[in-house]
Amino acid sequence: MAATRFRIWRQDGAEGEGGYRDYTTDVTEGMVVLDAVHQIQAESANDLAVRWNCKAGKCGSCSAEVNGNPRLMCMTRMSDLPTDRPVTVEPMRAFPVIRDLVCDVSWNYEVKKKIAPFEPRPPDAEDGTWRIAQEDVERVQEFRKCIECFLCQDVCHVLRDHHLHDEFVGPRFFVYNAALEMHPLDTADRLASLKRDEGIGYCNITKCCTKVCPEHITITDNAIIPLKERVVSEFYDPLKKLFRVFSGSARA
Amino acid sequence: MEQTPYEYDVLVVGAGGAGLRAAIEASAAGASCGVICKSLLGKAHTVMAEGGMAAAIGNVDERDDWKVHVTDTLRGGQYLSNPKMAEIHAKEAPERALELEAWGALFDRTKDGRILQRNFGGHRYPRLAHVGDRTGLEMIRTLQDHGIHRGIDFHMEYTVFRLLLDDGRVAGALAYDRERGRFRVYRAKAVVLATGGIGRAFRITSNSWEYTGDGHALAYDAGADLIDMEFVQFHPTGMVWPPSVRGILVTEGVRGEGGILLNSDGDRFLFDEIPALYKDQTADSAEEGWRYVVGDRDARRPPELLTRDHVARCIVNQIKSGKGSPHGGVYLDIAWIKEKISNSEDHIKKKLPSMYHQFKELAGLDITKERMEVGPTTHYVMGGVRVDAESQMSTVPGLYAAGECAAGLHGANRLGGNSLSDLLVFGKRAGEYAAAFAREEGDVSLDEAQVEAAVGEALEPLEREDGEGPYQIQHELQDLMQEKVGIVRIESELEEAIEEIGRLSERARAVSAPGNREYNPGWHTALDLHPLLVASEAVARAGLLRRESRGAQFRDDYPRKDEHFGKVIIRAARGADGEMVVEEIPVEPMSDELTRLVEEMG
Repeated sequence: MAATRFRIWRQDGAEGEGGYRDYTTDVTEGMVVLDAVHQIQAESANDLAVRWNCKAGKCGSCSAEVNGNPRLMCMTRMSDLPTDRPVTVEPMRAFPVIRDLVCDVSWNYEVKKKIAPFEPRPPDAEDGTWRIAQEDVERVQEFRKCIECFLCQDVCHVLRDHHLHDEFVGPRFFVYNAALEMHPLDTADRLASLKRDEGIGYCNITKCCTKVCPEHITITDNAIIPLKERVVSEFYDPLKKLFRVFSGSARA
Repeated sequence: MEQTPYEYDVLVVGAGGAGLRAAIEASAAGASCGVICKSLLGKAHTVMAEGGMAAAIGNVDERDDWKVHVTDTLRGGQYLSNPKMAEIHAKEAPERALELEAWGALFDRTKDGRILQRNFGGHRYPRLAHVGDRTGLEMIRTLQDHGIHRGIDFHMEYTVFRLLLDDGRVAGALAYDRERGRFRVYRAKAVVLATGGIGRAFRITSNSWEYTGDGHALAYDAGADLIDMEFVQFHPTGMVWPPSVRGILVTEGVRGEGGILLNSDGDRFLFDEIPALYKDQTADSAEEGWRYVVGDRDARRPPELLTRDHVARCIVNQIKSGKGSPHGGVYLDIAWIKEKISNSEDHIKKKLPSMYHQFKELAGLDITKERMEVGPTTHYVMGGVRVDAESQMSTVPGLYAAGECAAGLHGANRLGGNSLSDLLVFGKRAGEYAAAFAREEGDVSLDEAQVEAAVGEALEPLEREDGEGPYQIQHELQDLMQEKVGIVRIESELEEAIEEIGRLSERARAVSAPGNREYNPGWHTALDLHPLLVASEAVARAGLLRRESRGAQFRDDYPRKDEHFGKVIIRAARGADGEMVVEEIPVEPMSDELTRLVEEMG
């Protein structure tokens, strides 16, 4: 058992002024950052606000910045952090703070509503079921593992530094698009919207999102780049462009 | 408080699988629908479900059909289930699974491209549709993404404090906004409770903070009956080390894929503990058990796949007799399958990816190479709101319940995999019937005085300055339930527990949680005490009344099944003087067809 120092962001409501406050608590074997935060809450800061749920890395609720790194608090072991300085815990910085470590992520839920929903092809069999190869299921599994912790959104500079929330949906929703676009049964077309409304062109593939993903989804290489390629071949392929001019398609 | 009430035909409380499925159905039936949830959308406990959903589609073994499924469910529930519910569940689960696929869910496939099904405890044939070991995530995300396009209003991070009544009929709810502490009044012609379980009443649990028995207590306070509350499922395999993750679930899927349980002597102790009811269905050698795992249709299932109540108790006995692992569990070994298959490490990572991840990250252990340490963890409550089998309506008009907070399907013990299918089958029915009720029964009016009284009560802990804090009471309750109302029960301890719950309830009425109303966890905990205490009292009282051992209830003083208690279930409701009353009522009768089926299938 070792007394460990923490610097935790406290902020009294969205409009309140925030700042770090110092706490000390005993850290025992196997503890994760969320345990320490809860212990501090129980011992000396009863009103410390923290959002959490499953405590097993499956729900994506306890996203925060630990020593400046976007992390799930429940999956960050204390034994992996340096002990010679206080552990800093603060809310995700790409979203407005509601209180202390809790931020307002409602923008993400609004964004999702605007993405064209799943639209299956007609069933393959008379009993209304489909036949799908396991390889095709596995190809999109990676994207469907997403737990919507929004850490990728937090770290994306287009949102975090340039605040282009109205023009850019962020890595989470490129992964979501990829899951739908590469779904073996889906027939909807999201390419025009990806280009026009979702701002996929703003992503300059710095791969920050991939680095922070707790589910280890290769966001940039496997989701964003293939989507960018599809958009390019749809809208910038000279033959297709010519075809659109003559067919009067308004899709561009 | 926000002055204008929100108005819906159907108000759903809870946004796990059952709540989302109910809302989708109500809205498809033309009802206006709002959903209130304590967490953000998509975070409810359904997300944690790992193994799969039981549905007798018969893709892997065509001998499977609803008849086998219903008899498996009834046997697993020790014949205390509502037989009609078990029948509806078995018949409708396949359709609900296929419908999920039409909404975008992707399950693992058979070689010919159909939905793959896996083995699970108590199911005669491979029956669980699944996606690796993250079926719950697939299910909740599919429902969530389907639901957001149906015109349903979601009220995230709100907690319902009280149901509002209009002359005995449900009329809406008072809720508070967890983020900002504001109250909101909802007027609704019908309400569906889908709030999940009561796991937080115990110290060691796989449940998150949300599972405080809200729906159980809301219904109870509104005058509805609860049944089967003595039956709390202790899942045999939770993590035991390190201490901070104690209780986190280790999916039964590990055993479905060939994982074996060993004591400190290295014995596979379950082979010596096969109950008579399952003798004919259980392998009698390790060799036969493995053949079953790899799909030999003539082999019987290994004893690790006996029902959860039994396996949990056997583990406790091993630990008590000094044959436990160093941190007070037993060993669960999946790494051993390397003796049987050459690419076992890849195989395990592919079949159980989130288990691999969970142990690697939280315990620093590689399950493809090392044995896990596991022990029982409070997982699920079979008991809940008493509902009509067809409609899911409680004994209060207009009040429905579905999923874990409802009771009847699982009887004395739930089979793994029957929960996800329960959510869909009965969530859908609750939504459908609630919408019809709203349409047929017309408007309700709200009583201002009821609302004001409830608001006043909810604010008391904030305004009181000299009381004790809520955390202490919560911890004492959790310890009490763990020690005295846990896996092994005895009359004297249950009586002590009931008395102590009474004292804790007194103290809970005088707690202080000063501070701000915005996202104040102390205040939230203070308000959670009442539902936790109601649920705990019902568990303890029902457990005391059932003087026998059956399913999830094990009484050290009555270690055997009793014929009389095989014919009754226990009902708990608020009596005229405000005290909880528990009494025996007859089990719902079984139809002639079902009786015949049960006899045929043994």
